[in-house]
Amino acid sequence: MKNQAKIEARNVNFYYGSQIALKNINIACEENKVTALIGPSGCGKSTFIRTLNRMNDVIPGIKIEGDILLEGENIYHPKVDIAVLRKRVGMVFQKPNPFPKSIFNNIAYGLRINGMRDKRKIEMIVEKSLKEATLWDEIKDRMDENAFSLSGGQQQRLCIARSLAIKPEVILFDEPCSAIDPVATAKIEELIHQLKEHYTVIVVTHNMQQAARISDFTAFMMLGEIVEYDKTDKIFTNPSNTLTEDYITGRFG
Amino acid sequence: MRKKIFEFIGFFSLRVCLYIVLAFLFIFLYDIGSKGGGAISWEFISQAPRRGMTEGGIFPAIMGTFFVTMVTALLAVPMGMFSAIYLNEYAKQTRITRIIRLSIRNLSGVPSIVYGLFGVILFVNVLKFGTSILSAGLTLGLLTLPWTITASEEALKTVPNSYREGALALGATKWQSIRTNVLPNALPGMLTGTVLGLARAAGETAPIMFTGAAFFLPFLPRSFSDQFMALPYHLYVMATQHHAISQVRPLAYGTALILILFVLGMNMSVVILRYRLRKKRRA
Repeated sequence: MKNQAKIEARNVNFYYGSQIALKNINIACEENKVTALIGPSGCGKSTFIRTLNRMNDVIPGIKIEGDILLEGENIYHPKVDIAVLRKRVGMVFQKPNPFPKSIFNNIAYGLRINGMRDKRKIEMIVEKSLKEATLWDEIKDRMDENAFSLSGGQQQRLCIARSLAIKPEVILFDEPCSAIDPVATAKIEELIHQLKEHYTVIVVTHNMQQAARISDFTAFMMLGEIVEYDKTDKIFTNPSNTLTEDYITGRFG
Repeated sequence: MRKKIFEFIGFFSLRVCLYIVLAFLFIFLYDIGSKGGGAISWEFISQAPRRGMTEGGIFPAIMGTFFVTMVTALLAVPMGMFSAIYLNEYAKQTRITRIIRLSIRNLSGVPSIVYGLFGVILFVNVLKFGTSILSAGLTLGLLTLPWTITASEEALKTVPNSYREGALALGATKWQSIRTNVLPNALPGMLTGTVLGLARAAGETAPIMFTGAAFFLPFLPRSFSDQFMALPYHLYVMATQHHAISQVRPLAYGTALILILFVLGMNMSVVILRYRLRKKRRA
């Protein structure tokens, strides 16, 4: 059996009102790999990644055509429960967005809204998630402090731990490092690298070096289209498309 | 150098404006405090008026205002908050919602006497609640609603969208995200706006004049369909309608002072409540 893609877009068009934002997107992201989306600002990277957990649904006036398949099933099928989908496809946002709660309650939040009541189980998962997000050692004695007391990089790792807690299959990162400093960025990159062991990871990034460092596959997008999608090594050493080459060598963008 | 002079003049005039406002407030409070303070005694706040309201206290008016404000709150607090939640969180932002929002803002500018007359028609005559605490409270409730809705909506708007998105991305339903992540953060602001609206309603005279407030009742209302005495209306009577106005002037000042304290008490309670909520949220 051929390796089925974990999450796949087929002929996807996306519109904000009458304006087209994504044109005929076809991409298959493999399980337990990191797929990076790069491209200049406004090329549709964030729009695309937000179609994968239907985060765009809240925006008025949008329209999507084509299929997005999670393990072969279309997530835009009318019978799909969006809450369940978003549990399977987690998301980490551009700016760290911890809730104004304690560190503990930030992680426990996702468990509680999904109906978990057992206190010991919640404590266990909180600890496990924080360890997985390599934050535990820094904050294990500060669990009752407000999450805003953490540094930007710690907040972002807290947000990662928060999505790990509900055991997603896919994690979407929408420019996760654009609002934090280089040292914290390095930690998060390392973390993303570790995460692919258990999760399928898709990362939107502005930073080409970052894509080269952390991803297995890279898609280069421009003006709402995927120009080239291939193994990261290939994209960065021997791209087939001259546009890709121009972009990664810094001739524009 | 010129810049510095301009800056000095600018700040100086801002400061003068503030001082003028404060001076008026101070004179106003001093006048009422000094002239009304003497009238206030335990008897004044615990007894009914006697001898054609030239003696005794204002206990029925205090209780009347308390009861009528309760009815107002029962209508305006839930309806206002729920409307604001619907308008800000659920309703699609279309031309119709914009018109609705604009109409609500405009309603808050309608003179209170108009609400009073509307209340007479709707509650007293059509719904047959009679001139009663219920009619007056509901009329005041309608008067308060635009303020409550607007203030609550503003409070909801201050909650960053990232709180909503963060919750949704964890598999929360829309209502879960609102209940657990939006409302707790908007509640202090919602309460503040709501109670300020209620305090304003508690001091209104025109809307209750035709809908339930009585000139003089020596006893307390026994149910919500009874008429009642109210502080603002009592003050109006003492100041303009009484047969011996100069004789009851101290009592009028005393009533004004109690009314101010009543409203101040409501505002203080919300400050305290807000402080407590904030402290709890921090954990």
